[in-house]
Amino acid sequence: MSINIDQIRSLFPVLHQEVHGKPLIYFDNAATTQKPTSVIEALAKYYEHDNSNIHRGAHTLADRATRYFEKSREAVKDFIRAKEEAEIIFTKGTTDGINLVAATFGRKFINKGDEILISTMEHHSNIVPWQMLCEEKEAVLKVIPITDEGEIIWEAFLNLLSEKTKLVSIVHASNALGTINPVKDIIAKAHEVGAKVLVDAAQSTSHLEIDVQDLDCDFLVFSAHKLYGPTGLGVLYGKREILEAMPPYQGGGEMIKEVSFAKTTFNEIPFKFEAGTPNIGDVIAFKKSLDFINELGKKRIKAHEDELLAYATSGLNEIKGFVPVGTAKEKVSVISFNINGMHPFDVGMMLDAKGIAVRTGHHCTQPLMQRFGIEGTVRASFAVYNNKSEIDQLVESVARIAKIKNK
Amino acid sequence: MSSIVDIQNEIISEFSILGDDKESTIFYIMELGGQLPEYPESEKTDENIIKGCQSKVWLTARENGDKIEFLADSNTDITKGLISLLIRVLSGRSPEEILNADLFFIDKIGMGNIIGSQRSNGLASMIKQMKLYALAFQTKQNA
Repeated sequence: MSINIDQIRSLFPVLHQEVHGKPLIYFDNAATTQKPTSVIEALAKYYEHDNSNIHRGAHTLADRATRYFEKSREAVKDFIRAKEEAEIIFTKGTTDGINLVAATFGRKFINKGDEILISTMEHHSNIVPWQMLCEEKEAVLKVIPITDEGEIIWEAFLNLLSEKTKLVSIVHASNALGTINPVKDIIAKAHEVGAKVLVDAAQSTSHLEIDVQDLDCDFLVFSAHKLYGPTGLGVLYGKREILEAMPPYQGGGEMIKEVSFAKTTFNEIPFKFEAGTPNIGDVIAFKKSLDFINELGKKRIKAHEDELLAYATSGLNEIKGFVPVGTAKEKVSVISFNINGMHPFDVGMMLDAKGIAVRTGHHCTQPLMQRFGIEGTVRASFAVYNNKSEIDQLVESVARIAKIKNK
Repeated sequence: MSSIVDIQNEIISEFSILGDDKESTIFYIMELGGQLPEYPESEKTDENIIKGCQSKVWLTARENGDKIEFLADSNTDITKGLISLLIRVLSGRSPEEILNADLFFIDKIGMGNIIGSQRSNGLASMIKQMKLYALAFQTKQNA
């Protein structure tokens, strides 16, 4: 059954507005998605009815808030098919999750001379924490090269893997190119040499089915706000035995079992990694965004987005001066491009003048831009609420802009 | 030569013709950028890059008698257009005029809405750099 886009659009109040006198066309979904009314209302309801601190209170509100909070954890567990709730840690977002792993797993298990493997298409948040760790531990960061199409060079990856590799940290879907990486195969190969694998799923969770048990990844991180959920919230999944072996991260609040001035004992997972009062309202509201996705089904969402991607790609490819960046065979609904002779910022501003919101710049992937020898790109990224008529307007606007320099 | 105030009023009236249409305004700004005199490649050094701009902006100043002339370039057409407006108002002026200039046209043409907050910061950096040049020349002239 196909998706009724008009009905879906009616669930997103933000879409129904004008920008510079034109109806808003929101194509910056890889940066953040818009939120359905159910998420917004759940957030308001929490503050109106249930606001309370969780896990410790002896009163009704605290009990209610705790139950809803833990319901969300259960929903996340089901969403990525983890074995148990204890493997789900709420973080501030993808970046926070990666930093947590670098600071705890990294501190304990990465030693001098060990190697960490990432790819050329990583976001800065999957580069910098490892650089910092490598500097501290005198470990070595190695980078898997990519093809001109924006795909990992498999042989190069195999050559880089060795007994020294302790961790492979790899993006599932590239935010700048859209490329979907063969993470299941990467994980299997990495495990053969005894390395652990972290999957940065920030750009894939809203488009692709995620099954952490099937993938067999050791860690997986993502953000709620790219999943039609609240900002400032994310998830770190980790296998129980690894999370248990990792030292705690931040000290205080929920993460302790008992504190005396002589000695502190730490709580069980996941609480060991959730120090302080968490982002309770947003965690509770997040469940509504997962419900929204589950009701539609990832398969139907992906089918619709694939259709939009193919439609936009074929329309844009007709334009003289249009230069796509990233043409991998397997992509999420991201089109990154440049127009000959024009700076991406200028293109972005001209599209904004038509009410079309896109991202421009290096997308926090500067090494990737260097690989392609460009300063940045214009990026249009589609979500389930986008439709073909919006893409027609994008194509028409890009064609008009390209004409300035490509007559 | 018209005064700094007169030129700003000219710019305000040119932009008022464009009305609220953002696209026409941007096209106009880009056109203005195309009219900037060529910037010498040899001056495209890191030293001459203005900090605080998202896009690359090069700016240099030279003395012409007791006046200061500015030369600038950018790798984006819109930013070039913005610089061309600043140059139109501030180039060929004395250091005192530049230092005392109240650039009211920026608010009056609704520049913040046209270019957004990040570019507004870049524009502020350009103005600051132009005023710093004026201060340096003034100090030199008074020495």
